Amino acid sequence: MNLIESPPFKRDLDAPKLNCTEPVLTMRSVSHRFGDVRALNNVDVTVYPGEVLGIVGESGSGKSTLLRMMNLEDIPDQGDYRLAIPGATQNLFALDRFARRMLRARHIGIVYQNPHLGLLMRNSSSGNVAERLLISGERRFSALRSRAREAFDASEFPLERMDAPPIELSGGMQQRVQLAKALALEPALLLLDEPTTGLDVSVQAMVLDTLKRLQRDRPITMVLVSHDLGVIRTMADRVIVMRRGRVVEEGLADQIFQDPQHAYTQSLVHAKL
Amino acid sequence: MSQPLLEVENLSKHFDVHHLDQRVFAFSDVSFRLFPGQFLLLRGCNGVGKSTLLRTLYRSYVPKHGHIWFDAVEGRIDLASAADVDITALRRRDIGFVTQFLVARPRVAADELVAEPLRLAGWPQDRALDEARRWLGEFGVKRELWRAYPTTFSGGEQQKVNLARALVLPQRLLLLDEPTASLDAGARHALIRRLGALKAQGVAMIGVFHHPEDVVELIDVQLTLAVKEMADVAE
Repeated sequence: MNLIESPPFKRDLDAPKLNCTEPVLTMRSVSHRFGDVRALNNVDVTVYPGEVLGIVGESGSGKSTLLRMMNLEDIPDQGDYRLAIPGATQNLFALDRFARRMLRARHIGIVYQNPHLGLLMRNSSSGNVAERLLISGERRFSALRSRAREAFDASEFPLERMDAPPIELSGGMQQRVQLAKALALEPALLLLDEPTTGLDVSVQAMVLDTLKRLQRDRPITMVLVSHDLGVIRTMADRVIVMRRGRVVEEGLADQIFQDPQHAYTQSLVHAKL
Repeated sequence: MSQPLLEVENLSKHFDVHHLDQRVFAFSDVSFRLFPGQFLLLRGCNGVGKSTLLRTLYRSYVPKHGHIWFDAVEGRIDLASAADVDITALRRRDIGFVTQFLVARPRVAADELVAEPLRLAGWPQDRALDEARRWLGEFGVKRELWRAYPTTFSGGEQQKVNLARALVLPQRLLLLDEPTASLDAGARHALIRRLGALKAQGVAMIGVFHHPEDVVELIDVQLTLAVKEMADVAE
């Protein structure tokens, strides 16, 4: 018997019976090539309201590419993408560039590993957050200020420093500014791309704690990409495991870590220190 | 008698260890029924699969064959094949898993950790914290430790925090994996009192205990798992 070839146990992953709410995010048959490299190969993803979906996989497995597709920064060669947001009934990949940009600004928040990608480093932190609020049409200074304060408060950023430019802040604080910016418009979906990579251990714990509190206090839907399995295990309700552009396994976070089914997932979990 | 809360039919579990190209059998064809308020004691020698059975029922382990019918509020659902999102919902509301180990998170205080299931169930912060502190006190965690981080606690104190967290919110089915191991007498008595009260409220329980005499007054049914994939049930 070749176990590697043995078929996976079939489950009704897409057929919830108790939880009748619609998914926040549905991606189907997403495929993309960079030249000869197949970056994403027929990927399906579903995320339900209030859950944290973790995406793990080795470098080059396609996890960050998939996140960029979710953020509508890139469009795949083929695939269908739906978000449960007012007025968006069509495949989001079919929208034009401007519509995608508006939708991203209003409904999707993102925290990048590298704060330079998400922030204007020499503008004030409050200005970075206000920039996002302006997109919603808010023009009154007092309202911008008060909503920015709320966002900083939610991301546990010290309010007395909200006018400091991110370049003068520590790495952990820069991530909180990104988080405040992402949360300012109460997004339908919060994307986290290696949000704690490169931070020292104690700062990493603080950022994770902030995210965990956020998850507990408001049912925010998150997708978290990380190569750090400890971070995924702490944060995620469900996990998808990617390899060479494919989803090789999907399951509850504790199941993925305690009883991985696929050979690759087993090697990944066993390699964790 | 009322409808069973849990009906397990021919449940089997094995592990495929890919790097060894080996299949490791845990148990096979386990069947039993459990009614609200019943306490089932799992028995059998070490390594026979008692904890594996609990984890399979909780879906931390993937069942390989069989069914785990659970009488959810919305209707009967097979936990063996249910969607992950349904399992997550049931874990928050109906099915609890109590181990002897705390999953502490850095920089999260004991009372906040215990209050978390209540907050997820929609309790306001102040009430959730009050209730959490009440249960920390009940399990004998000293008041001065309530705001401290359990990552720095001794094993015994961590276990008390873990029990308070696991039992703070009444659920309909509790899976107990040696929760009394290494507890001091006071905490053990508090745990047994709490389990007795939950049982009286109709909570069904399946437990593995090193010292079953601790819970002898709670036991209604025993299921003995045996080697060679055999199992038999005795009332």
